[in-house]
Amino acid sequence: MSKNNAEAHWMKTRSLMFLTLAIWFFFSIVIFMFGSSLNNASFLGYPLAYYMCAQGSLGAFVILIFWSSGKQNQIDEEHGYGEDD
Amino acid sequence: MFKGNFIDNLPKIYGTYTGGFLVFCLLMALLEANGVSAKTIGILFLVFTIAIYALIGILSRTMQADAYYVAGRQVPTVFNGMATAADWMSGASFVAMAGGIFYGGYTYMAFLVGWTGGYVLVSSLLAPYLRKFGCYTVPDFIGTRYGGNLVRACAVLVLVLASFTYVTAQINATGTIASRFLGIPFELGVWVGLISILLCSMLGGMRAVTWTQVAQYIVLIIAYLLPIFWLSNKFGFGFFPQFMLGDEVARLGELEAQYGLVKNSAADIKSAGVPGGLKSISVSHAGVAEGGMAAWKFISLAICMMVGTASLPHILMRYFTTPSVKSARRSVAWSLFFIFLLYFSAPALATLAKISILDPNLATGIIGKSITDVQAIGWVKEWIAVKQAYIADFNGDGILQLNEWFMRGDVIVLATPEMGGLPYVISGLVAAGGMAAAMSTADGLILAISNALSHDVYYKMVDPKADVAKRLIVARILLVVTGAFGAYIASMRLTGILGSVAWAFDFAMSGLFFPLVLGVWWKRATRQGAAAGMLLGLAAGTAYLVYVAPAFMGNTPWLGIDHLRFGLIGAPVCLVSMVVVSLMTPEPDAKTQAMVDDVRIPSGKTIL
Repeated sequence: MSKNNAEAHWMKTRSLMFLTLAIWFFFSIVIFMFGSSLNNASFLGYPLAYYMCAQGSLGAFVILIFWSSGKQNQIDEEHGYGEDD
Repeated sequence: MFKGNFIDNLPKIYGTYTGGFLVFCLLMALLEANGVSAKTIGILFLVFTIAIYALIGILSRTMQADAYYVAGRQVPTVFNGMATAADWMSGASFVAMAGGIFYGGYTYMAFLVGWTGGYVLVSSLLAPYLRKFGCYTVPDFIGTRYGGNLVRACAVLVLVLASFTYVTAQINATGTIASRFLGIPFELGVWVGLISILLCSMLGGMRAVTWTQVAQYIVLIIAYLLPIFWLSNKFGFGFFPQFMLGDEVARLGELEAQYGLVKNSAADIKSAGVPGGLKSISVSHAGVAEGGMAAWKFISLAICMMVGTASLPHILMRYFTTPSVKSARRSVAWSLFFIFLLYFSAPALATLAKISILDPNLATGIIGKSITDVQAIGWVKEWIAVKQAYIADFNGDGILQLNEWFMRGDVIVLATPEMGGLPYVISGLVAAGGMAAAMSTADGLILAISNALSHDVYYKMVDPKADVAKRLIVARILLVVTGAFGAYIASMRLTGILGSVAWAFDFAMSGLFFPLVLGVWWKRATRQGAAAGMLLGLAAGTAYLVYVAPAFMGNTPWLGIDHLRFGLIGAPVCLVSMVVVSLMTPEPDAKTQAMVDDVRIPSGKTIL
């Protein structure tokens, strides 16, 4: 039981890691591949690519880490590995 | 005044401290209004803040190993976030970043993406697992996971190389600020900076550094944000500048088109006698260059900075200090939030600084005005006198053109309050903020180096029987020696602030990223594989750096991978050699595999 439980927990942890890194990859790399065309669009009056590297991607990273750490806590608790602090 | 234990009272303690600091700022403003000289106010700001940090450092003294190495593992999530943010934001972030954006525009902003995105890697790949491991230092993890002194020594080597490259830049920055605001020579300023740094860390190790870093974060964030909000409101650009400067960014585009972005030839610059290191604006603020190569340059720099972030030991070791694995993870999110507050303001600061001198409709504008008038402005005179600014009338028309105004990028943040016509008290505040940023990072780095030397080299390799008192004395001696050596190198002025900072990330990325990540995520990784990865990765990266860096051989970069990006050579070599060698050697024993399984489960006792 405990070995299977540990394995299931790790599988879920791993999927969450891959999902998190996929989102990270989009905001840190993919959008900047298209910087010059994105800049034709605008957001809050800023050119879009400029906006994304000035604060858009940065904000996305903050939200992403809060979200994924919350998600990981859920996974830990489901498998009885939760901690109280 | 405070009942109960220290940890429960932290919000009250730091609340009082923040209030006290704001009262101090008001007092300084009052002194300025009553005719106290600018110089005195600058000195008071530096002396007062450094005295507070030193006091915290002395109050946090300890003779316990747990407190000295990991602050007793009881730093609450949010406070650890603040401490990490101060640890992270160096002299380069505070002093040089807005200046970099000022001159480099969009292209430079790859650093912003890189220095924040790395935290996603820290939180999902490393921090919670290293916390569960319960190590004192990063090489401690490598040494235990892979087993043996060879891998431990390799990890110490990479750590020392990366952190030392970084720390000289920080001591350099403290020296620059101390010399400018205390009015002493740079070489002396460096040693004054070092003594201030050591006062914070020597007696209490990680515990002292943690509580001074929280205090330093509060000073630096106030110092960074206050002038931005003030300037934006003063010029009527919007009360929340980070979100409201869209029109000004567009206006900068118009002004660039109107003035023309001219790149001066090296010969012109030389014959006009422009001091070294000073630049004129020649790159568009928000424009993005067309083409794949430009996009690749942006992305490759961002990758190096992100992966480097996730391998820098002085950051990773901050997550050893939280009470649980869960709080380590959460603490990464808070760290990035506190870093974000400064980073998303840097472009706003650069925009404000740029528009306040470029726009002829503003009273502060200097471009397009007569050179004689501009030279009579107070701050222009002062910065020209110290060779940080320069005017070269290339076309001889007596009018200041955009390409005729030169300034050092590193002084933009320090000079912006004056450029925008704010009272001097703000400049004093900004100096205190820059000092806090450089000191907090230097403290974290010096501690990372000396802890690795005292714990991993001295205790684990040289004298495993040493008692706690002896270990902690050795740790402190190494701390002082490391700092003194860093100050000595800095006093020789070998590097500009930013070149060497980027190198630290590349060194760390070349040697440590994959051994750390695979140590948790790949059970099959073996001792021989890790050793090969660290040594070959580091060797390949360093060899490429020597091959390409202008200061060394200066060859043409391959695929645009220049000396700021040499980690892109080192890290893949590290990965490939680590995987190949691991697969060629027998898999790790059952005990090691069980240990990796245990690291992956957040609850329960630490492994060490």
